Amino acid sequence: MTWADRLSPQVRSLPPSGIRRFFDIVAEMKGVVSLGVGEPDFVTPWHIRESCVYGLQQGYTAYTSNYGLLELRHEITKLFERQYGVSYDHRREALVTVGVSEALDLAMRAILTPGDEVLIPEPCYVSYTACVSLAGGVPVTVPTLMENEFRVTVEQLEALVTPRTKALLIGYPNNPTGAIMPKEELASIADFAKKHDLIVISDEIYGDLTYSGTHTCFSSLPDMRDRTILLNGFSKAYAMTGWRIGYALSNPDFIAAMNKIHQYTMLCAPVTAQIAAIEALKNGQCAKEQMLREYNRRRRLMVDGLKKIGLSCFEPKGAFYIFPSIKETGLTSLEFAEELLKKEKVAIVPGDAFGTSGEGFVRCSYASSTANLTEALTRIERFVKNYL
Amino acid sequence: MLELLELLEKDPTLTVDQMATMLAKPKEEIAREIKRLESEKIIVKFQTVVDWEKVGIDRVSAIIEVKITPQREVGFDAIAERIYRFPEVRNLYLMSGAFDLMVMVEGKNLKEVSRFVSTKLSTIEGVLSTTTHFMLKMYKEAGVILDDKEDDRRLVVSP
Repeated sequence: MTWADRLSPQVRSLPPSGIRRFFDIVAEMKGVVSLGVGEPDFVTPWHIRESCVYGLQQGYTAYTSNYGLLELRHEITKLFERQYGVSYDHRREALVTVGVSEALDLAMRAILTPGDEVLIPEPCYVSYTACVSLAGGVPVTVPTLMENEFRVTVEQLEALVTPRTKALLIGYPNNPTGAIMPKEELASIADFAKKHDLIVISDEIYGDLTYSGTHTCFSSLPDMRDRTILLNGFSKAYAMTGWRIGYALSNPDFIAAMNKIHQYTMLCAPVTAQIAAIEALKNGQCAKEQMLREYNRRRRLMVDGLKKIGLSCFEPKGAFYIFPSIKETGLTSLEFAEELLKKEKVAIVPGDAFGTSGEGFVRCSYASSTANLTEALTRIERFVKNYL
Repeated sequence: MLELLELLEKDPTLTVDQMATMLAKPKEEIAREIKRLESEKIIVKFQTVVDWEKVGIDRVSAIIEVKITPQREVGFDAIAERIYRFPEVRNLYLMSGAFDLMVMVEGKNLKEVSRFVSTKLSTIEGVLSTTTHFMLKMYKEAGVILDDKEDDRRLVVSP
């Protein structure tokens, strides 16, 4: 009997993140141009960092309320009122967490009974299915197609819903595809959720990075506020990934339940990050818009570049990823990614890291400088020529 | 046009093709627009910021506060022009407060700059007084931090 045999079977059966596997290969190489990074290439705007330093000088080093600093929760709910016209009581309906990752875990553990099914459109962020499994639930993935711009349809959901389905977990704008859901389509998803009495967990971390039209907040749809656990954070829009700060908004019962787990396992999000997040919400609008414009220009550069190379790809409408198909090369996602790395030293992420329906695609992040993107495109072109 | 300027101000080395793609505009339109902006002097100049110290070339810069007597009809402008025509003058601003003109001068060494101040600048008619401050260290120039230690610290691959 080894130590590994003593692990919980649930954890043992959990596959390691596909990204992690690829990371180990990349980590050893030098001179790599990376399009594999799932975070902004901007450093957190200085005024936000500076406010954290000031907070430390002022002695903000203690625990905060489990729910998070009241001022931060208030700023968060004010933002939702202002931006989407949806009101939350900041005293009872908002919970500050250690990134959206923690909020997602809390949401799953708070609502799932072992055996409950959760519908998840796929390709999707790596932790969605894992968090459902860890909470004892059964992830039921719904493959989305490039032909439909990676949007999920009610027909697809209807085909997979069962009496055991408890919730629907969506993340739009989507990592890795860059897909968004138009308001009308979200509205029909809302009707579907209501019809089957499902809880909707909506991860809107990329909401502010929407390049075509405006982002629709799921809880702003009619009758959806209380049914939705809305997840968001500061990592992407304010370039604050390493601060680990996010939040959940929902009805008081769900938030109280999530807080119950949070208080025993995490106690509170780091106070330093909470102070910085207040500054981000109060004065970060301008820097945020600047980053959005910059990403949009790079997005166009990438779409154009990849199309010229001859890879078919859907024009992403949000986040900072582009998800071209590499099927024409005859390689699998992993082969493509590994060969590209070995031959041209460009790091991308194989699409199957985001679920089996991501096979045949690769994720390229355009959160990188124009010079880097141009260099990467040149190298990818040289590489792809051997196969097309 | 605003976005084109924003792009050019940050990186004038982009090609017309790249800018056209990034702004989702036809190439011809971008080329025409840049020409127009240049001819109307909205784009004043494409310039390169050089850290001369790194090439081993020493230069001395000074900020000089100048008090002058404004002249009838032309105010401060005539004296300002006499000053900014000197190639040694890098920047010149009319200021509010305790003095009138702020002159930024660059020279090979201390002597050269002080000679400029004593023989050229302070002898101009209408110049009442000068106060020279020599710069000791340059941290940021034209919006660029010269010795930026903020590297890309991200992992090469992350979810």
